[in-house]
Amino acid sequence: MKAYVGTPTSRVDGRAKVTGAAKYAGEFPADGLLHGFVVESTIPRGRIARLDASDALQVKGVVDVLTHAHRPPLADNDDAWKDEVAPEKGSPFRPLYDDRIRFNGQPIALVVADDWETAKFAATRVRVEYDREAFATDLESEHGKAGKVDRPHKPRGDAAAALAGAAVRHQADYVLPTEHHNPMELYATTVVRDGSGRLTVHDKTQGVQNVHKYLCGVFNKRPDDLRVVSPYVGGAFGSGLRPQYQVVLAVLAALELKRSVRVVLTRQQMYGLGYRPMTIERVALGAKPDGTLDAVTHEATAVTSRYEDFSRNDTGWAEQLYKSPNSLFSHKLVDLDVSTPCDMRAPGAASGVCALECAMDELAVALKLDPIELRLKCYSDRDQSEDLPYTSKQLRECYARGAEAFGWSRRNPAPRSMRNGKELVGWGMATGVWEALQMPVAVRIVLTSNGHAEVSCAASDIGTGTYTIVAQVAADALGLPIENIDVKLADSTLPQAPVEGGSWMAASAAHAVLGAAEDIRQELARLAKAIPASPLGGVDAPDVILVDGAIAKAGDKARAVSIADAMRHGKLERIEKQKLNHFAEDRSHARNTHSAVFAEVKVDEELGVIRVTRVVSAVAAGRILNTKTGRSQIMGGVVWGIGMALHEETVMDHRFGRIMNANIAEYHIPVNADVHDIDVIFVDEPDDRINQLGVKGIGEIGIVGVPAAIANAVYHATGKRIRRFPITLDKLLD
Amino acid sequence: MNNFQYSRATDVADAIRLLAADPGAKLIAGGTNLIDLMKENVERPSRLIDISRLPLRDIEETADGGLRIGALVPNSDLAYHPLVEQRYPLLAAAILAGASAQLRNMASVGGNLMQRTRCAYFYDTATPCNKREPGSGCSAIDGLNRNHAILGTSASCIATNPSDMSVALVALGALVHIAGPSGQRTIALTDFHRLPEDKPHVDTNLGTGEIIAAVELPKHGFARNYSYLKIRDRLSYAFALVSVAAALELDGNAISEARLALGGVAHKPWRSLEAEAALRGRAATSDHFSRAADLLLHGATARAHNRFKIELARRAIARTLIQAASATPQSQAHKKIA
Repeated sequence: MKAYVGTPTSRVDGRAKVTGAAKYAGEFPADGLLHGFVVESTIPRGRIARLDASDALQVKGVVDVLTHAHRPPLADNDDAWKDEVAPEKGSPFRPLYDDRIRFNGQPIALVVADDWETAKFAATRVRVEYDREAFATDLESEHGKAGKVDRPHKPRGDAAAALAGAAVRHQADYVLPTEHHNPMELYATTVVRDGSGRLTVHDKTQGVQNVHKYLCGVFNKRPDDLRVVSPYVGGAFGSGLRPQYQVVLAVLAALELKRSVRVVLTRQQMYGLGYRPMTIERVALGAKPDGTLDAVTHEATAVTSRYEDFSRNDTGWAEQLYKSPNSLFSHKLVDLDVSTPCDMRAPGAASGVCALECAMDELAVALKLDPIELRLKCYSDRDQSEDLPYTSKQLRECYARGAEAFGWSRRNPAPRSMRNGKELVGWGMATGVWEALQMPVAVRIVLTSNGHAEVSCAASDIGTGTYTIVAQVAADALGLPIENIDVKLADSTLPQAPVEGGSWMAASAAHAVLGAAEDIRQELARLAKAIPASPLGGVDAPDVILVDGAIAKAGDKARAVSIADAMRHGKLERIEKQKLNHFAEDRSHARNTHSAVFAEVKVDEELGVIRVTRVVSAVAAGRILNTKTGRSQIMGGVVWGIGMALHEETVMDHRFGRIMNANIAEYHIPVNADVHDIDVIFVDEPDDRINQLGVKGIGEIGIVGVPAAIANAVYHATGKRIRRFPITLDKLLD
Repeated sequence: MNNFQYSRATDVADAIRLLAADPGAKLIAGGTNLIDLMKENVERPSRLIDISRLPLRDIEETADGGLRIGALVPNSDLAYHPLVEQRYPLLAAAILAGASAQLRNMASVGGNLMQRTRCAYFYDTATPCNKREPGSGCSAIDGLNRNHAILGTSASCIATNPSDMSVALVALGALVHIAGPSGQRTIALTDFHRLPEDKPHVDTNLGTGEIIAAVELPKHGFARNYSYLKIRDRLSYAFALVSVAAALELDGNAISEARLALGGVAHKPWRSLEAEAALRGRAATSDHFSRAADLLLHGATARAHNRFKIELARRAIARTLIQAASATPQSQAHKKIA
């Protein structure tokens, strides 16, 4: 029988998704369902002086208008509102809690009606008057008010002195704009209330148990009072790690009205949720003429809200990548009258590594070194922050394989030296790096005597392919065809899982499956050996394997008992095992994924129009569980990286503190015409230290480095170094 | 979105009657722009008069060799009509440069002429905008104006007209046939859209109660030497930063007739007879193209964020004229600029 792990297995949920059988949070039906529509603030800061819902309430079909002054009780302490991924410092946003306006687009009322259109219309009839207060939303004008965040990265040596004395220096600011999430699925919650008042909360989220615990705290409910499910998620990319406000509003209305309620946000309203914060990244590199580094400093200054300190690791990545005796990192935040930022694919790294890798390219130019050669000169076999070796690090191989596939050796290093007709051709490269984390996850496997298994876990599949890899690992471990594996995910009553994020779910869930499957194997081995005249008599339990629906002796498949026979003799209809994954405590090694990204751009010399005609991404991320969904995931990251480089930017008018492109007509992401050839290479990276399967996770690594590779290619094509992203054509016109 | 009445017009006269009966009424055909604006509460019609079933879907040849295009012809039908492809490929190219296939299938010719600006302040009811709310002020003049007009602006509005199709139609010298309470009239498309002046809330010279019946193309289609070049922030599905429609009649290398219009730079498709006159009788050389660009951009003024448009337009005009003169029109399918 074939093994599924490591193969290009098609998505087990693919058919359900393309046929519409897969239901998303806003699609679940309920008897007597009511629909809520959110009224948002139109100022960034102040108080609600008057909120008059009388006209709205007179609209036929409107059931109620919930506001801070008219709502069921909400928790009055921050502990209740802090979900498992809330920033440590701060007081989480509480929708409809009081009259304070903290950001533009803040929900201030929920109009509930018999249908969505009526609620939406009535929302225009809610009259609001504000006591306005002075506000600030501009990172650059408020830069001086930045406060420092404690970061784990210790300074090494004396970076300032080393920089001052370096033979070759490069220092620059790279400005990454605020970017908003635009997953295909809108944020939505359908709360289905049963006769006894219990709530089933269908929510778009990356963590049902996180939302469950949060709702229990916010509404002072017992765990059994509500259940949170989210079987399918149409993309989330970090935006669904924390509970979003629509889930609070939907539950609030369901409790107040004792009805089932659905709240779906509009695309425009989703610009009031979290986002990748605008960040000014200051990178300074000092080097010897041969390209070895003397000093690295990286200082990030980013946006956060006034009520929470959100920050991620933008600055520490050079510790992993580039050997330098001296280093200094700092991260600062500027509090503004905006909503709290949130994670967005490779949070911290996507921005910080972009700056670092542009800076390395600029240093390579200053040193007259090939960009790969410079990176190899500084290549670090140890994570310098803790002075640890890696469980595995095939980044050298990424450079080599990527360069070969791309044809890097044919690159003329001089800017503006390569052209094709009216277009300048530019080749750029960059390094990518991310973490390989693993978290506690439990899985339950129920094996029935007909050789089918149900594998269940509270983890979400946010579109990444968790259903499929769980099925693959279970099929291999249980020796069953994948068609016999039924995976159940994203129900808060299932075995524990954290939010799906950080690229940790593949490794974490896979090893929970292995653990539960191992218990099943032992049980089956016991049953099989207990059969009279068992062909497995005398075989030690460790030598018993599960293969082809049978329990067999390793290396001698003729000595086998079918699962059905073993269970019949044992008088068992089902075997149920639940197991929490276990990873050996090992602080002796750093765990990271890496990539080398190569990009070709063609830039119309006169008009500045940029086309990204080729990207090669060579990724080293341990064992790839599924080369088909894995390749798609990396391609998706590359496409998003194209967007970061050339398109994405949330534009705010700071006079109003309002986002002025809160829709996907004007907030540009790449369209098909912007995406050309993307070549994904998975570099072989055996890793028997990180975990049993050697899995690292690839959710984030695909985007890291892509924007820098493109920016570096634009420089190579045009001789113009654009340090303010996105690189729009006006920045290339003289 | 507000509540509204819905009426279906039985014929053009009925549509005119319905319009006259309800000053807050709006006509709806494909609805690709109006519905969006209603969702944003920018348009709040008291009544939608559905004209989508009126018999204005024909494309027919006129007696003098031109083409009469019914106001309800879908944009995609027009772009792929054999007579348009053969005789007016500039128009086909401009249409295909705009929107997406799905939108072009729904959008009508008349609706395309009536589409409203994409100015972000016009769309955001929480900000002042003279076009949306006369007298409230223009937020763009001192605000985010990277996408805004550089020609024909006024102290009360710097919005642009977003249509691609109109730019080609203006270059081709199209006429608009209008039906109204006092009968039929015909005006040049160049006179159809207005400059903002002190009434930016009025986009066109369509009178109260009037309806677009058809667009007429004159015989001369410039099928050999033409190009439509649209420069935008991504390679498809974005509004123009600058677009250029160029059409030439060449006698050897001498220009006997020239048409030139810009999109994305003004409140209306921008055409300059002086620029065209400067090309007529001259050789198709880059010097003359530059001179035409200068004339077309005469008087261009920039605000804080749209200065690049002037130089971008200058270069785009020159490139489009080269494409037209060399009979290598810009492909709308392949995004590499010829």
